[in-house]
Amino acid sequence: MTHHVTPPRGYVLIYVALIVLTVATVSIAFLELPEWAHLWIGLAIATAKATLVVLFFMHVWYSTRLTWVVALSGLLWLTILLVYVLTDYLSRGWVGVPGR
Amino acid sequence: LAASATQGHVAHHFEDAGQQHEVATLGMWVFLATELMVFGGLFAGYTVYRVSYPEAFARASQSLNVGYGAVNTLVLLTSSLTMALGVWAVQTNRRRPLTWFLCATVALGTAFLVVKGFEYYGDYRDGLMPFLPGNFDPDEWKPHTEPAGPDWEPTQRKKAPASSSQPRKRGAFEDPENYDPGTQRMPIETRVAFPDQVKLFFSFYYVMTGLHALHLIIGITWLGILTLMAGRGRFNAEYYFPVEVGGLYWHFVDVVWIFLLPLLYLVGTAHWHH
Repeated sequence: MTHHVTPPRGYVLIYVALIVLTVATVSIAFLELPEWAHLWIGLAIATAKATLVVLFFMHVWYSTRLTWVVALSGLLWLTILLVYVLTDYLSRGWVGVPGR
Repeated sequence: LAASATQGHVAHHFEDAGQQHEVATLGMWVFLATELMVFGGLFAGYTVYRVSYPEAFARASQSLNVGYGAVNTLVLLTSSLTMALGVWAVQTNRRRPLTWFLCATVALGTAFLVVKGFEYYGDYRDGLMPFLPGNFDPDEWKPHTEPAGPDWEPTQRKKAPASSSQPRKRGAFEDPENYDPGTQRMPIETRVAFPDQVKLFFSFYYVMTGLHALHLIIGITWLGILTLMAGRGRFNAEYYFPVEVGGLYWHFVDVVWIFLLPLLYLVGTAHWHH
């Protein structure tokens, strides 16, 4: 078996990045920014952290294409769930609904 | 087949250890994709209600303790590091470090749950558990001298009580005489103005963190078994897919928490100051 072996230095580097991003997201949350900025900065940093964990701690970066497909399919279904729910709820105020 | 006959750890339906490893990790990824949908449903529900009641969610989030959430994030990220290093140890045939890295991961996971327990207790003490009778509702904090009359209407809750000097009950076990509204993490005005919306936030908070904690308990049990197996020298560079697969589950639980931190704890930290 020839699996990719990530050296400890690589894992520690990812870990340091995760810690820095955590400190950053908590610090930024206390700044006086618009509400939407807080939401999107928080989500962007969380997505960056999750990507680091999935790609390197969970070894997707070094995995077979089939693993990529399964991991991305999970993300695809989640996107479908969130996007279709939000197209309904976010657009309700845009047009007058008869009887409402 | 002759090769697999010499390797006792390869199940008979696999060609070799490599195929077995690939199948096991792929199976775990399929399972994690379904797990993503379990949590995804909760995240979708959270999103809908946060869009509907932004101010109530921000005020409710303010009353959570950001310190607990941040510290627990660091604890969980560190546990992911020790888990990843455990995989490195077994890949390079370092059996004793593997056992210690797994041990550390279990310990850090347990530490997370202990911190969460303290946090839940604080939430209880400060009257932030709406599902417990008399723990959250300002109406129920009033001394039971005047019973609710027949003309009582839910709309009365919109009005803030005239005198906040009246002794109120804090939690089920608290002494009403010693109640001080100033020590409340969530001011009474918020509870009165957004009673149901705030309860909705806390429902998401307890269900999402609770389901996450349940996953952590399962992960701790799983890694505990792996630790015992590693201590007996069951794993090596050829046969370590149980460690790899356990690690995948552990990191997934970490990823869920990475999103819970900004969505539950960091919503109203800069806005709607009391």
